[in-house]
Amino acid sequence: MITVYHYMVLSAILFSLGTIGVLTRRNAIVIFMCVELMLNAVNLTFIALSSHLGNMDGQVFVFFIMTVAAAEAAVGLALMIAFYRNRESIDVEEFNLLKW
Amino acid sequence: MEILQQLFFYLVALVSVISGFLVIRCKNPINSAISLVMTFFCLAMFYVMLHAPFMAAIQLMVYAGAIMVLIIFVIMLLNLGSEVVGRYRHAVTGAFIASGLMFFQILILIKKGDVSTVPGAINAEVVETVGHTELIGKALFTDFLLPFEIASILLLVAIVGAVVLAKRDV
Repeated sequence: MITVYHYMVLSAILFSLGTIGVLTRRNAIVIFMCVELMLNAVNLTFIALSSHLGNMDGQVFVFFIMTVAAAEAAVGLALMIAFYRNRESIDVEEFNLLKW
Repeated sequence: MEILQQLFFYLVALVSVISGFLVIRCKNPINSAISLVMTFFCLAMFYVMLHAPFMAAIQLMVYAGAIMVLIIFVIMLLNLGSEVVGRYRHAVTGAFIASGLMFFQILILIKKGDVSTVPGAINAEVVETVGHTELIGKALFTDFLLPFEIASILLLVAIVGAVVLAKRDV
């Protein structure tokens, strides 16, 4: 029997993978994709619990998370294009203007 | 039938974890993006298994379709090559320790937290007879009407922001 715990452990694994990616990679777009992976892990938890509890609220939350992810993709990629124009690179090591 | 379901779950879970690993390890951003699409497909399969077919369709259209096309478009527009992965060893070690600790913490939370076993009003039969889209629509336009309107404003702001950022010399 596939219980809700199976789905939650799987989403924990995916979330941890996304965290490793965010902390180790240096390409801003790859970091962005890892953030998307973490968002999707959370979505899986929401839908698994919503299906387990017999309640629609979790799935509506996933709907809003997807809206925010779409807005984030548009603005984030526009920021990367603007940054690439200035520095000819989107390596996060170059993002040091505010570094002390 | 039961064993078949379990087999399918573990197969799709394995594929999703492997492709998630490839997202963080591939040197070329395009390969990472393709692996991410694979992960999205696996998650859509899970949504179907969880009796949420509408969310699976939205997952494929919005994530695997729109967002990934945007990401791949930007990767190709900027002509990004391969990068040196893991230049700093201490950073990689720190990342593995941090996310490993977080993973164990989540596991402990999952094990300790007792999810209610009382089933709610919406089960597989209700989804089958009423339709998942109708249930989502009812929830979205009655209980969640204000968040829905705020989400539309958020999308409008994102459109304007993206155009302004990409157009002007920032």
